[in-house]
Amino acid sequence: MIEFILNDKKVQTEAKSGMSLLHFIREEQGLKGTKAGCKEGDCGACTVLSGSLHKDNKLHYVSLTSCLTPLANAHGKHIVTVEGINLTNKLNIAQQSMHNNFATQCGYCTPGFVISLTGLSLREKPVTYTDSLNALSGNICRCTGYKSIEKAAKEVTEKLQKKNHHDSLNWLVKNKFIPDYFTDIPARLREIKNEQSFTEGVLVSGGTDLYVKHADALLDQEIQKASDFVPDKILFSNTKCKIGAGVNVTNLMENCEFARYFPYVKSHLKLVSSEPIRNMASIGGNFVNASPIGDMSIFFLALNSSLYIQSSIGAIREILLKDFFLDYKKMDLQDHEFIQHISFEIPDQNTYFNFEKVSKRTHLDIASVNTALNIKLNDNIIKETHIAVGGVAAIPKYLNQTNTYLKGKKLTVSTIIAAQDIMQKEISPISDVRGTETYKRLLARQLFYAHFLKLFPNLFKLKDLVA
Amino acid sequence: MSSMKNKDSIGHVRGESIFVDDINLREGTLHALVFDAPIAHGIIKKIDYTEAKSVKGVIKILDYKDIPGKNQIGGIIPDETLFAENEVHFMGQPIALIIAETLAIAKKARQLIKIDLEEMPAVTSTKEAFEKASFINAPRTFTLNDTSKGFEESVYIFTGETFTNGQEHLYLETQASYTIPLENGNLKIFSSTQGPTSVQATAARVLNIPMHKIEVEVNRLGGAFGGKEDQATPWAVMTALAAQILNKPVKMVLERHDDMRMTGKRHPYESSFKIGLDKNLKIKAYEVDFYQNSGAAADLSPAIAERTLFHATNSYYVKSAKFTVYSCKTNLPPNTAFRGFGGPQGMFVIEAAIAKAAKELNIPVRKIQEANLLQENDEFPYGQIAKQVEISNTWHQVKETYDLAKKEKELTLFNSKNQNYKKGISLMPITFGISFTNTPMNHARALIHVYHDGSIGVSTGAVEMGQSVNTKMLQIAAQFFGLNESKVKIETTNTTRIANMSPSAASATADLNGKALLKACNQIKERLIKVVAEKLPINGSDDINFQNNFVLVNGKRTSLAWEDLIKSAFIKRISLSEHAHYATPKIHFDKAIEKGHPFAYHVYGTALTTVTVDCIRGTYEIDSVEIVHDFGKSMNKGIDMGQVEGGLVQGIGWMTMEEISYDEQGRLLSNSLSGYKVPDIFSVPKEIKVEALETKGVDMAILKSKAVGEPPLMYGIGTYFAIQNAITAFNPNYSLAFDAPMTPEKVLMGLYENYS
Repeated sequence: MIEFILNDKKVQTEAKSGMSLLHFIREEQGLKGTKAGCKEGDCGACTVLSGSLHKDNKLHYVSLTSCLTPLANAHGKHIVTVEGINLTNKLNIAQQSMHNNFATQCGYCTPGFVISLTGLSLREKPVTYTDSLNALSGNICRCTGYKSIEKAAKEVTEKLQKKNHHDSLNWLVKNKFIPDYFTDIPARLREIKNEQSFTEGVLVSGGTDLYVKHADALLDQEIQKASDFVPDKILFSNTKCKIGAGVNVTNLMENCEFARYFPYVKSHLKLVSSEPIRNMASIGGNFVNASPIGDMSIFFLALNSSLYIQSSIGAIREILLKDFFLDYKKMDLQDHEFIQHISFEIPDQNTYFNFEKVSKRTHLDIASVNTALNIKLNDNIIKETHIAVGGVAAIPKYLNQTNTYLKGKKLTVSTIIAAQDIMQKEISPISDVRGTETYKRLLARQLFYAHFLKLFPNLFKLKDLVA
Repeated sequence: MSSMKNKDSIGHVRGESIFVDDINLREGTLHALVFDAPIAHGIIKKIDYTEAKSVKGVIKILDYKDIPGKNQIGGIIPDETLFAENEVHFMGQPIALIIAETLAIAKKARQLIKIDLEEMPAVTSTKEAFEKASFINAPRTFTLNDTSKGFEESVYIFTGETFTNGQEHLYLETQASYTIPLENGNLKIFSSTQGPTSVQATAARVLNIPMHKIEVEVNRLGGAFGGKEDQATPWAVMTALAAQILNKPVKMVLERHDDMRMTGKRHPYESSFKIGLDKNLKIKAYEVDFYQNSGAAADLSPAIAERTLFHATNSYYVKSAKFTVYSCKTNLPPNTAFRGFGGPQGMFVIEAAIAKAAKELNIPVRKIQEANLLQENDEFPYGQIAKQVEISNTWHQVKETYDLAKKEKELTLFNSKNQNYKKGISLMPITFGISFTNTPMNHARALIHVYHDGSIGVSTGAVEMGQSVNTKMLQIAAQFFGLNESKVKIETTNTTRIANMSPSAASATADLNGKALLKACNQIKERLIKVVAEKLPINGSDDINFQNNFVLVNGKRTSLAWEDLIKSAFIKRISLSEHAHYATPKIHFDKAIEKGHPFAYHVYGTALTTVTVDCIRGTYEIDSVEIVHDFGKSMNKGIDMGQVEGGLVQGIGWMTMEEISYDEQGRLLSNSLSGYKVPDIFSVPKEIKVEALETKGVDMAILKSKAVGEPPLMYGIGTYFAIQNAITAFNPNYSLAFDAPMTPEKVLMGLYENYS
């Protein structure tokens, strides 16, 4: 049985665990405020909040696209739809700000925006205007042109500056951000027992890839929840970083220690999908999706990561990520296996990392080409590089020959140009909706150069590289 | 009153507004799903529904054989079936309708329908259709004076080719309808349509029943942008057909992929131009051949083609002109109305021609633009004489308000200092005609009831789709009777209250319906004045008005309250209801000579766009779009501003990231939101400034507040040329190709085209 709190109501349901949360909300519960726009996580009309109790006994809310969320993942959570943030006879602050600024026209996307902004108000940390825009990164509006929505977001952010973070829920209730039933939620959530999900059926983590194509097929199926047994911690030892395959992209972005070694992680990972999707999508899921253009695959290939793969009998084997991808959508993973965690060497101070991605739309889009570079220098000599490029082969491409060439070379313009030529021989892009072959080759070149232009602006000038 | 909020916005933000998909279903409601053509062109040899029908919960599968009336849904030309008969003409063409207890069951059944087709060659490009003489209708040509003379007078002559791709509407609410059978074979259709009467008339034709047996009800649309003008009809008719046959309520909301695959989009256009300028940069002659990719059936293509011709000269006076448009029939879904309705495609070409001329002459584009801006009493190529022309005013106000000279200097400095980033700039004037170009469509009706407690109900033919037309209607009535807005209710749009509606389209909805409503208000007022005369000492020359719930005589408040006046009128058996009709005066157009006065008035404006191109990656950001827009006297600045910003961003999407892509077999590749990108919150201009031009307004506009729905879309065209301007700054060898949208791919290819 799946048990959770939906708005202020406790739900105990025998509905199939594979049903999408959106379907459950609209069709089973008759809550029509949450809209179905695309059913692939790309419009945000179905955005809901999911609250869970953390070890500090505090409620932690994140936004999700309910179309890609299996009902199973709602277990033990506080799921909040637009109906659950309505106040009696008045608007909440997010709603009032949208109303004040003419930030709604046809109204179909509006509940999603309102939920995202209300989610912003529930953050534990102080929020900035940038945070508010990021909170809306998964919401598409086709009417307004967003300027009125920006104003609403600004208004909400300003009001949140006065928030008392020691007594967050009560402050939010008192200041008309949320209804008062929220204050009882922690106690009510504690009453819900954690229950092992099914042991049969497809293994689902965030669902952000699987549900795009298979939500219909899973509607009347039971699923296994990855969170029942896949680790979701980020651990650091002296030399290694170990990341549970269940860690989601947001966890990674917000991990302080990770940011110490990768100071640009926030700006890099902001290019990965949208905030609600990042709240759901697991690192392991991005690997087993095996997309040749998977952002996390490219990111971790450049860190020369190892995967730890667990079988049904508990045996664990280690494999380099670069050896994991075999062919288009084929990987070294048996049916009874799953990725347990990923591990890589922590970069030292002579190691530099960069991630580049270009897509038709900068955010919430699939790359035409993405690439990551990890380079270790000894003075001006390249000790080691790991470069990966996506969208240019049947698999996320680790550039073996280019890396080999660069090892031991001096970091100069001629070295980089020669390495780029080798890369061109290693890649084999094809023309598709993300671009023609010619474009992808040119873009791969440019992004390859972009790594060096960005990391070593004093050594390289665009003109010298492309002339 | 001028910043009254969208009356629906409280319901919207609380998630309480009801769209078709949110209607509480009647008991026994069935769900429908379309089975569509898997190839773009072919003969249907055999269809086998046996296995699909055997799925538990499948009630019936309907196809053309089940249609009691005509299998015909064509609006302008009867060339489109509801369900394919022997041949399919585009991938996604409806063949059958599965009706099942649930949508999930219908989806399972759909996979089990077996179809055997003999594939025929598919034509997807206009060029191929043109070569095969595959047309929707005869080409249309507009001419002004003699272009051969014009070219003789020209010192500079340039030719070129342009392409603008289609555009997916991407209304957030997909196509939706729900039909409930009533007694005596009557039907009620809830439809997400811009054209309730089209739905009614087409359903009547297909179902073989008179129109009065069909009631079409529209509450609101979750976006439409033209995509629900003609193309909401088939889905509504299908549920009506199923409801008629099964005597059960039937609902159908298209899944996003089905919607994208089955419905038409903005028309792609290929065009070739020839432009002639004299030594003073005056356009002496301009010729264009437009090749419109119409898709597999006419839909609204002929009307859209016509508007392309009307707007082919954009905001410029051209001394001699000749434009021809060919509506090319291809094996793509029938393309349809989209905000601007062919106008943007026409305007893009003249902007391209001017940009090309400027490049060849090595002068700023704006010099040619400015030399040719329309002046009072200039003649448009379609014969209308330009009156109350504001284009120069908006142009010069943009230059002054936003300090163009300073901006250009800063830009030059930025570009000389920066290797990796270049800025570009453009000016985009727009002139857009308001009225349906098909004169007979320019009329509307409004029905007003004043209930005897003083509250008011208003029905019009206006469909609310986010443009806040209902708010404007409410404003008109509330303002007229001096009442608080809570006293006026805007009813749903319903064919039993308002018959024979024109669709809510052509930016003219508020004008037409608002003028009809004003007329109805006036007639009620005339009757009420007689009642006032019995209560107050007034004479015939006194000016009677209403304000703050009281009657005003010669501007002075009296003791007569609105409720008391209404109560008295009711007791005196005065009619408190009125149904008024408005038809736009003065307009006419003669297609035989392609001349006339088709527009009530024009809307003018100018946008200044600044962009920054990342020359390493080929990406770009829009720094600002700064506009001076001619609103007339805006009746609601908040709402009208939303239309300008929203239209602009949609235009920018069309010109930048929105890329429709079909393969050679006619299969839509950009068939989902992951493959078709519209602007998100990060891709819009960092700054949008809109200043209203001070004018007297025009009487033909409702309360002198000009139509605002479509014109701002065309400001987006400026982004294309601003990006080109930035590319040229990096790479002088860039060939200035006119091939929209300007995706990051095209930018990067341009940056490194013959780069040295």
